[in-house]
Amino acid sequence: MKAKFLVPLFLFLVLVGFLGFGLTLDPREVPSPLIDKPAPAFRLARLDTPEQTFALDEMKGKVWLLNVWASWCVACRQEHPVLVDLARSGVVPIVGLNYKEVRGDGEIDARGLALEVETAQAIERARGWLNTHGNPYNLSVLDIDGRVGIDFGVYGVPETFLIDRDGRIRYKQIGPVTPENLKKVLLPMIEELKRAG
Amino acid sequence: MRVDRFRYCGRFMLVALTVGALALSAPPASAADEAGVATPVVADQALEDQVQELSHKLRCLVCQNQSIAESHAPLAVDLRNQVREQLAAGKSEDDVLTYLVDRYGDFVLYEPPFKAITLLLWGGPAVLLLGGAGWLALRLRRRQIEAAAQRHLTDAERARARSMLAGESPATADRPSAEEPRS
Repeated sequence: MKAKFLVPLFLFLVLVGFLGFGLTLDPREVPSPLIDKPAPAFRLARLDTPEQTFALDEMKGKVWLLNVWASWCVACRQEHPVLVDLARSGVVPIVGLNYKEVRGDGEIDARGLALEVETAQAIERARGWLNTHGNPYNLSVLDIDGRVGIDFGVYGVPETFLIDRDGRIRYKQIGPVTPENLKKVLLPMIEELKRAG
Repeated sequence: MRVDRFRYCGRFMLVALTVGALALSAPPASAADEAGVATPVVADQALEDQVQELSHKLRCLVCQNQSIAESHAPLAVDLRNQVREQLAAGKSEDDVLTYLVDRYGDFVLYEPPFKAITLLLWGGPAVLLLGGAGWLALRLRRRQIEAAAQRHLTDAERARARSMLAGESPATADRPSAEEPRS
């Protein structure tokens, strides 16, 4: 064993390798167990016509995106132009899940607020925000208490789910959709799913 | 831009630190209880204990190093409410855990389950321990053998050692002594 002195160096390089790989991972991106599973069913009031509801199976047969957003969400503002452009291209319908519009806002104390009052506030805020920033959504639904969000495993906003014709979740984007990630991941997947159908 | 997801962590950790510092300087909790200050008002103490116990096993996905019992992130509050709601509805603890794992994955469990993908995680320490112990035993035995081998001198070595001890130092005689000046 002439090269015995190289052993610590070798171990060190292995350690550096592992640590270096660790740097490329984002510990905050928790892989979703819902990938390739049927999207959880929901029925929620629509933002444009709150007296009407929208249910998941109304999108059956379509490849579509479910985008979780809120007006208090700063990162949503970053991804919003990307979604507006995507909507304009008409490649894929986008449904917005407006997540805890009122009670999710850290600036507001929504405790003790009656549900009707909270809903009315949520509608006003969400509509105002879409008027200001543009509306990329075919429609948005109101998840006032975040229950549907929990069913989708949402733990931060924004999140975007790609759902196929059979209502299966095929991909989950955690954090804002960027032009780069749209081009590299989402659009190719959308094309493939459309062809497969 | 991950601000929305994590802004609560820092803020509430700060609060937690402050509260912790205050708690250290404050009289112990039992004293406060006796004074009737911090009596929690809950309808069902047993249920609340169960919620607390279960919540400690669940990781908050926003502040990942806190359980949902400790975290003040809105999502942790929501999940705690879910736990309470479902336990109150008569579901078992396993049902509640399954409900959350179905949505957030094994990551939500503070104690990772034992399965193929976590084999290294659970078995790793034992493997390292056994490997280390084996290596140590091997080294010790080899050293013992080497030491034993060195203890037996040949007859020639023995004779040389005897002559050295007697003061006839053939090894040093032909070398200059270190004490002598060389110049």
